Amino acid sequence: MTHYLLRRLLGLLITLLVASLVVYLSVFLSPGSPEQVLFGSRPPSPEVQEQVRQYLGLDDNVVVRYLHWLGNVLTGDLGTSLITQQPVAQRIAGPALVTFSLVLYAGLLIVVFGVGSGLLAALRPGSTDAAVTAVTSVATALPAFVAAGLLISVFSVQLGWFPSYGLGQGTGGRLQSLTLPAVALAIIASGLVARVTRASARQELASEHVQTARMRGIGGARLVRSHVLRNAAPPVVTVLGLQVAGLVAGAVVVEQAFGLGGLGELLISSVQQKDFPVVQAIALVVVAAFALLNLAADLVVMLLDPRARAAAA
Amino acid sequence: MTAPLLEIDELTVDIADVPVLRGVSLTVAASESVGLVGESGSGKSMTLRAVARLLPEQAVAGGHVRVAGTEVLGLRGDALRTHRRGLGMVFQDPRSAVNPVHSVGSFLLERARDSGADLAAARARAVAVLRRMGIADAERRMAQYPFELSGGLLQRVMIASVLMERPRLLLADEPTTALDVTTQADVLALTEELRRESGTALLLVTHDLDLAAAVCDRIVVMYGGRVLESAPAARLVTDPVHPYTRGLLASRPPLTHRLDEIPVVPGTPLSAADTGDGCPFASRCPVALPVCSQSLPETTTQGATQVRCHRAADVLDGSLDVELPLRQEVR
Amino acid sequence: MTAVAATVASTTGTTVAATARRSRLGPAAWVALGFLSIVVLAAVFAPWVAPHDPNAGDLLNAYAPPSGEHWLGTDGTGRDVASRLVYGARTSLLGPAAVVLLALLLGVPLALLSAWRGGTTAFVITRVLDVLFAIPALLLAILAVATFGVGLRSAAIALAVAYLPYVGRLALTAAETERRLPYVQALEVQGHGAVRINVRHVLRNLAPVLVGQGSVAFAYALIDLAALSFLGLAVQAPQADWGVLVSDRDAILKGHPLGVVAAGTLVVLTVLSLFVLGSRIAGEDRR
Repeated sequence: MTHYLLRRLLGLLITLLVASLVVYLSVFLSPGSPEQVLFGSRPPSPEVQEQVRQYLGLDDNVVVRYLHWLGNVLTGDLGTSLITQQPVAQRIAGPALVTFSLVLYAGLLIVVFGVGSGLLAALRPGSTDAAVTAVTSVATALPAFVAAGLLISVFSVQLGWFPSYGLGQGTGGRLQSLTLPAVALAIIASGLVARVTRASARQELASEHVQTARMRGIGGARLVRSHVLRNAAPPVVTVLGLQVAGLVAGAVVVEQAFGLGGLGELLISSVQQKDFPVVQAIALVVVAAFALLNLAADLVVMLLDPRARAAAA
Repeated sequence: MTAPLLEIDELTVDIADVPVLRGVSLTVAASESVGLVGESGSGKSMTLRAVARLLPEQAVAGGHVRVAGTEVLGLRGDALRTHRRGLGMVFQDPRSAVNPVHSVGSFLLERARDSGADLAAARARAVAVLRRMGIADAERRMAQYPFELSGGLLQRVMIASVLMERPRLLLADEPTTALDVTTQADVLALTEELRRESGTALLLVTHDLDLAAAVCDRIVVMYGGRVLESAPAARLVTDPVHPYTRGLLASRPPLTHRLDEIPVVPGTPLSAADTGDGCPFASRCPVALPVCSQSLPETTTQGATQVRCHRAADVLDGSLDVELPLRQEVR
Repeated sequence: MTAVAATVASTTGTTVAATARRSRLGPAAWVALGFLSIVVLAAVFAPWVAPHDPNAGDLLNAYAPPSGEHWLGTDGTGRDVASRLVYGARTSLLGPAAVVLLALLLGVPLALLSAWRGGTTAFVITRVLDVLFAIPALLLAILAVATFGVGLRSAAIALAVAYLPYVGRLALTAAETERRLPYVQALEVQGHGAVRINVRHVLRNLAPVLVGQGSVAFAYALIDLAALSFLGLAVQAPQADWGVLVSDRDAILKGHPLGVVAAGTLVVLTVLSLFVLGSRIAGEDRR
């Protein structure tokens, strides 16, 4: 088991390495440079420019710079923002918190509504099933940016229940301002998770081992819990992991729409300003979060299914 | 004469308007073992499932199924659960019938846990039954998962799980078909031993006539959703009455000597949906008369034997010899 | 005819017959196909279909309600919403088409190669796809757009690369299954070249799955590109595009959400139609 974990973590590191290289190269290849953004339309004398470039370490060639950066990261130093001169870690901390709160909130919604409705459809065939299936099918086609617009229009402008812009103050205010974004973000994923849950649960309900349990007089809640849910869970957990992991990147759309100040917005502005270190760090964080969430999902599956445990060993 | 433990009376089952059972009647007395024999499509598994109330959702059942006098077909909820607790069912494929995510021990003790019984006692009982079923290191097996056990071992576990509750009636759907021959014999012998000890009746569904003859007191032969013949096992095997039964027995290649040609029953087995109102076997029967495809024969009884055949009388008094066409044996 | 040749003829024969049977789409799929056809036709014939010039604004007529002149009213600068929707269909559909085609053009040959050769080739290709898989599509797109400049072209290329692992893996599993079928070995034994076998036979049998899943990929690409346009990174305002139209915050805040709602509805309906159609095409084949 530890062997498996180590192997996965190693894979994660390699992925991060490659991803960071890809990101580094892409930003490097992009036209323009940070000092151009800094100076704007009134560039100072060439000597001053040269000094700034040296100060910002933009002089060395790309490979050297990459290795330098890599070395720093491994010791915990994410570098300094070229634009604000803040340590990058500090620069991204706040936005990272916003994004992760948003993803967590959306994730909870997905679990409750996605898994919940999928189970409902599976356990109550007939009209309930048909209704739930219709709703979830439409949900899988409702992108976050469309949902955002609709939600703002109805719940902000018309009803005034939620703010349409900015992050509120205090826990209550935060929760309120994150609600519409979380809902918008959660819609497609909820639809997909509901579909998988329904299919998986239905398959289990029809399985012979459920019949064995029924024959032994096991019924009701115990039957559903021990024999349907437990067995139906693995594919649902896997899809959940995949979807929530995808939310980390997908959050950029709602962050922009609702002006939340999360990682996505920061990424876009940093990219436009050629703030390499910040872009690197955000990319790293996003890829790491993506991989870790998928790993977590796989570990949960192993917890539930002894065959998966055996296969991994 | 005491009432039989299981009484099936003109049971019909239709699934989505397709007939599967067209009036099945049979009885199983307490502690008796009955073999339900037939080829695929005969409806034998469906009969078993009707008793267990495990019919598919779109199935509509008619007729009567009584266990210890209680009508089973209309039961719901708690009454149904109580009915099932008096039964035990063993399925053909243990891999799909036993939940793969629970350990063997957890599986065996589930019933006890659900009813709040004494777990320690149940555990001891479980281990004891596993040992009786020929599983030597029973304690170790309790902690293992189904995928770690071979098919034969897992089937023994399933049978153990059923017998340990001491049901009145054991329903077995081809329990050993998926096992190799030596394991089959062993598992059946052990099951028989335990069964006799606890006085459990058995309704065994199989396509293997020899197996039924070896294990059961009585054999019931099904074809096309109906019962064609029912007789004590020894009698049926040596002196079958129904042309179909004769065909089944005659077409088995013998183990003792070589044959150049074996008798065959021409055609392929039909299900209830493919047969009309007359005798389901009429289309393939070597001694069929026009009346056979027109009307369903009545049941002729002679002693402990019951036959549904228009020509039963002729066969019984010896005036008709059922001749089967011969076919070249393929070497 | 040799036994082998007969086997090949019979298996490929049945596949062709199966293709003919596939034209039996359900009613839902026909509705979807109908809707998509309307949208595509409207996009192609936009200059004739749209009642007005999508870029012609009349500030005095901003946020006008629906009328005979402007079926869906006007936006903040007086432009006809309906016309913008019609013209918007062009970029909204062209982009995803390019993404999917590119992803298929790159991914399918890689998948076929990997399935055919196996061994190290397969290992390398699978690892590369895995790494690409680990980088979320939107992130890749944002970075690429930053590198190569904003605009539909760079966004489409970036998305194609991001979708490569998705399409590639799909094609790979299908190709591997196909590779192991007896008729492929029969063809090999007969001496046909690898390229010929793959293109004429394997690819043809893979086609329904690819078309079906390609349809789903198209839907996701539509969403992602519209999202990028929403963010201002692909199609840019004031150009008409569904993503751009949905991003009109001012319209919503000022209580005139019709344009946004209409564009959003078109996106949802198009995506739904693609899902329905795609699953029918791919599902019909998976007997």
